[in-house]
Amino acid sequence: MSTITRSGIAVCALLSMTGLAAAECGIESGSVRILSNDFAALHAVADAAQTCASDTVEVTKNQTEEHKNIQVPALSIDPATYTVAVIATNSIVPLLNDDLIRPLDDLVAEHGQQLTEQQLIRVGDNIMAIAFMANAQHLFYREDVLEEHGIAVPTSYEEVFAAAETLREAGAMETPLAASYKPGWDLGAEFVNTYLGTGNDFFAPGSAELAIDNEDGLRTLETMKQMVDYMDADWATYDSNGQKPVWDAGDVALAIQWGSRAGAYIADDSPAPEIADATAFAASPTIAGNSIPAVAMWWDGFTIAKNISDEDAEASFIAMMEGISPEMMQENADAAVWLIDGYEPTPASEGVIADLQGGARSFPMLPYMGLLHTALGDNLTEYLQGNESAEQALADVTAAYTTAAREAGFLN
Amino acid sequence: MPHRTFLAFIWPSLLAMILFIAIPIISVAYQSLYIEHEQILVTSENCGPFGCTSSVSVDRAAMARLVEEQPAGRYNGLGTYTNASHLATDEIAAIVASSENFNEIRNRIMNLPFYKALIFTLAYTFIVTPLVIVLGFVIAVVVNSIPQMLKGPVIFFSLLPMLVTPLVGSLVLFWMIDSRGIIGAGLQALFGDPTLSLKASPMLTWVTLFVYGVWHSAPFAFVVFYAGLQTVPTDTLESAMVDGASRWERIRFVVMPYLLPLASFIALMQLMDNFRIFEPIIGFSAAASATSLSYLIYSDLRAGNSPLFGSAAATSMLTIIGVIILLLPVLHRNWREFSRKV
Repeated sequence: MSTITRSGIAVCALLSMTGLAAAECGIESGSVRILSNDFAALHAVADAAQTCASDTVEVTKNQTEEHKNIQVPALSIDPATYTVAVIATNSIVPLLNDDLIRPLDDLVAEHGQQLTEQQLIRVGDNIMAIAFMANAQHLFYREDVLEEHGIAVPTSYEEVFAAAETLREAGAMETPLAASYKPGWDLGAEFVNTYLGTGNDFFAPGSAELAIDNEDGLRTLETMKQMVDYMDADWATYDSNGQKPVWDAGDVALAIQWGSRAGAYIADDSPAPEIADATAFAASPTIAGNSIPAVAMWWDGFTIAKNISDEDAEASFIAMMEGISPEMMQENADAAVWLIDGYEPTPASEGVIADLQGGARSFPMLPYMGLLHTALGDNLTEYLQGNESAEQALADVTAAYTTAAREAGFLN
Repeated sequence: MPHRTFLAFIWPSLLAMILFIAIPIISVAYQSLYIEHEQILVTSENCGPFGCTSSVSVDRAAMARLVEEQPAGRYNGLGTYTNASHLATDEIAAIVASSENFNEIRNRIMNLPFYKALIFTLAYTFIVTPLVIVLGFVIAVVVNSIPQMLKGPVIFFSLLPMLVTPLVGSLVLFWMIDSRGIIGAGLQALFGDPTLSLKASPMLTWVTLFVYGVWHSAPFAFVVFYAGLQTVPTDTLESAMVDGASRWERIRFVVMPYLLPLASFIALMQLMDNFRIFEPIIGFSAAASATSLSYLIYSDLRAGNSPLFGSAAATSMLTIIGVIILLLPVLHRNWREFSRKV
């Protein structure tokens, strides 16, 4: 066989392979550029979407914790730097506010047969995003320690504090609790969680007027202060990364931590295998005698940029359908609590599912929620350190939020 | 130097300064006078995996028209400068009117975010700068008097703190002062107090940041002083020796007056640098106990979901004014020396 014939056959083989690959995803041509946060579940999604790449279809990704800060400028230009922005309950808001993402109704009708109704994020009359996983903080506990001291798994904050007191009195642990109380985003999120558990709302209905300066606000702060009393003196430096080594060191028996971290806590390659074996999960505690877990439910999903060609938008949607396909989920069942059709819960997902079944409320998807989150994160530490009153802390939050909301045009 | 020659030399850097410093500062000043348009909100039914809620969102089409008309936003004059997150003029008036004594006034003003940040920034600047100058001078004198063959390695190791990126340097120290880190555990053993934590109390956090600042900047002062020491005239030193001056007297009456202009140069640089302290606050996760003006700008720009450009711009302008006020005495002094020489 001559060289020419041989290479000809090779080229034909190659062409038919790419033809097959393209046929699998069903994209003829286009460019798919994904921007997302950086954690295991999203890696799995982006990798699956990348299998759609072929000679005529380009699939690139940028997975970074800074995605929230670059998404607005990157999608504002025309054509947008990214065609797909993977977002969560809070980070979709700036994209909506600035009108940077397109309604997906047509694409869902045409290519979204695998989606279930609960995956569709509807804003008004339009589908603006597709959710594929749920996340929430919940209780992590040490089965062995609780059992040894005859403590039942706490379901309310009162029981959490009683358990902590028992452990402290027994001399087992001086600081048995942990939660992400680092000032800034983490601390703000803890307030939001706890306050949601009271059943009250953050804002006066239909307006940006803050409404947390009430008994439930004070109750929330008192509960957080009690948490701090049972936490290590370094609590103000704990974020979700900082908590894990403390847990692995065996210093903590009860923690409020993200569900997306649960897998790593019980992983076989954990640095402290005996602690990983004894780690179990439950719903977030309730507060003030209410029945719902005091925690915000989050979804992660994707959106398609507005400032791109229709061809790229269609290619992106189809590639993301591949990214969140049931096959991807089967291979990565442990990586997240998937909202994808046919999901079977795994041990690592017990906590988030318990939150969900307990009726936990969703993180409010409001245009000014981010401003409140920041104001909370910046103004609660002094109260928790014991340097100011709860009333003063709430007044500081209100002042900071009101100033920011005025500047952003939400309040007059 | 003829003005023509001077201009020929200076224009490239002048051009760069106008393009990359002056114009951005003007645009920041302009930005600080504006706030966002009033948001037009609509209530709609939003649905997701956790159910439907009736909630508000921004009316995007209506907002697009507003932005089209006035891209910079609403004119707010100096309103951003005087609001509660900055100079807080109304709040201070209210505090003064309703407080009983000076202490209460002081405590309540220190609770306002801008003043809280300002007081740490000033404390940091005025504690770290003199310590850096003194420590840098001591290191330079010591290194200058050690045997020649040791000088190279000693200088290299003395410079290390400055070579390390501030964020990395502060993270390294942050882990060392952890209660499980070598310094943290060492201090606990030394004081016999197992609950001692450098990260927990505001006072100790401040001290940690000051120590870090001195550690990080002393090499800069050292290098400058060490270079200066090489030029101290040996005749003057020798005649002082002939006159029976002791080692300390030679340093005090010959070396120190000779190096004084260098000290004012270091003071100038350090005042500017220290007033903008930022990275260590992130590295040490110290925002709970210490915030600086730069930290406020950072936090505004990363606020929630959309950056508060007006607020960040106003803080930036206030920082620039602060730096100018700080530098005035030093600049004034340099100007006097300059005019005297001419």
